[in-house]
Amino acid sequence: MEKMIEFKNVGYIYEKHEGAETVAIDGVSFSVRKGEFIGIIGHNGSGKSTLSKLINAILFPTSGDIWVAGINTKDHSRIWDIRQSAGMVFQNPDNQLVATMVEEEVAFGPENLGIDPKEIRKRVDEALKTVEMGEYKNKKPHQLSGGQKQRIAIAGILAMKPKCIILDEPTAMLDPAGRKEVIETIKRLNREENITILHITHYMDEVVDADRIIVMDEGKIAMEGTPREVLCQVEKLKDLRLDVPQITELAYSLQKEEIDFGCGVLTVEEMVDRLCQ
Amino acid sequence: MSIEIKNLSHIYSQGSPFESIALDDISAVIDKGSFIGLIGHTGSGKSTFIQHLNVLLKPTMGQIFIDGIDINDKSTKVKSIRQKVGLVFQYPEHQLFEETVEKDVAFGPENLGLGDAEIKKRVKDALTMVGLDYDKIKDKSPFELSGGQMRRVAIAGVLAMKPSILILDEPTAGLDPRGRDDILNVISELHRREKITVILVSHSMEDIAKHVEKIMVMFDGKIKIFDTPQNVFSQVDLLENIGLAVPQVTYLMRKLKEIDPLIDQNIYTVQQAKEEIIRMMRRRKDA
Repeated sequence: MEKMIEFKNVGYIYEKHEGAETVAIDGVSFSVRKGEFIGIIGHNGSGKSTLSKLINAILFPTSGDIWVAGINTKDHSRIWDIRQSAGMVFQNPDNQLVATMVEEEVAFGPENLGIDPKEIRKRVDEALKTVEMGEYKNKKPHQLSGGQKQRIAIAGILAMKPKCIILDEPTAMLDPAGRKEVIETIKRLNREENITILHITHYMDEVVDADRIIVMDEGKIAMEGTPREVLCQVEKLKDLRLDVPQITELAYSLQKEEIDFGCGVLTVEEMVDRLCQ
Repeated sequence: MSIEIKNLSHIYSQGSPFESIALDDISAVIDKGSFIGLIGHTGSGKSTFIQHLNVLLKPTMGQIFIDGIDINDKSTKVKSIRQKVGLVFQYPEHQLFEETVEKDVAFGPENLGLGDAEIKKRVKDALTMVGLDYDKIKDKSPFELSGGQMRRVAIAGVLAMKPSILILDEPTAGLDPRGRDDILNVISELHRREKITVILVSHSMEDIAKHVEKIMVMFDGKIKIFDTPQNVFSQVDLLENIGLAVPQVTYLMRKLKEIDPLIDQNIYTVQQAKEEIIRMMRRRKDA
């Protein structure tokens, strides 16, 4: 299986003022296969965002190595190849949109890659169609809702034909409908376009369909496994300042009342099935 | 301290080509000491509405009375309203600016012209209320704290003004689950102990369901529903049509009702769902 991302003993130390140091990433090794959907969770300050910036070559490991699509991120001559392979979407949609029109926004990335204008036109239309925002191409970004802005940010990355998209809490500022739009969009990109997804979030219900969940704590990987394996461990997650989806929490509290479900009920449908067996 | 809103409208850029109606003739009474959840999709008018409550915006039409006083009347001092109505913005930690936590929290009370002893007491009380250890944190720079701690310091700065109405605009956005629960528990505790009126703006239906007494649903500049969580979350189709949702357990109970008609589907917390499912299991056992 082709590896999209590989971390080998990666450490990252932030230098603070007066020589004080903070270890943000501490000896992390893992790899992500092409086409995988990975959920990354962890409390504030656990190292999630540092991890994403390392992948995108915004930061460079202070020890160890990272390969993105086979390229070592320390290879400065190929930094644009890395950023084109692995695009990033950030938390606040207003901080990442720069153009005055939606289609210009989406064209910004490919323009910087020096792509032929005809090809850009084609890519912009395709990308907007993929995120279901085609009819908004002549709108101004500030006229859009939060969920729509995030989908435009995603389209801007799609127009660069990435292999992988890293999303750092893309839904933190969105209303329920906006969250749903963004989550459905990234799931579809993963399923239909085989784009590798790394989704960082505090909303546990957004990662129940992931292929794998990585739980970060103190710069290390604290837990790793399928959503069922990870979300089963309710107490351990709570110790890590996290929680589980409401349904999983409910199943867990019923378990305590000796109503046995087995482990890790993740969705409403599963719960209905198990209660009505 | 009750809040009475009478036919309030707000129009941005009135008379220009960019004119837009943000609030459209809303009226409501918010009782003293109540805990209100304010929900609505982005652009529904929530922020415009709360900014009226402490006179950051003035009505295009209509009036707002706080304890019977028209807050936009010429004889009303804006400063006194802003002291009564504490507003915590989104990402309030971006507004921290002082060298130490103590100085930052003291900024508001100092502007009220209080004496040193009173200021110190208020700072200490406010930091304690948000669950921080005054002695340990007072001399630290706000910028060396964690995100959750910074947010609490920012909230303490508002609490040090001793507001009787506290409005929080998405106070938990971007916090991890524990940080989120901690902040919401602090707010609930304040409401219970100090009897202050709280208006909580949130996109998390689960958080709203767990904490508030009444929910105000805004859509298109209007108040669409203003009722108990039970009566609001029973209107699933309406909420979804306006970009909102109901808590995950409410969806579960509605599905279960299709199978077992005796199920009570008006359920919106994990605890209620647990009790109802145990009742369902008992019924089955007895049958």
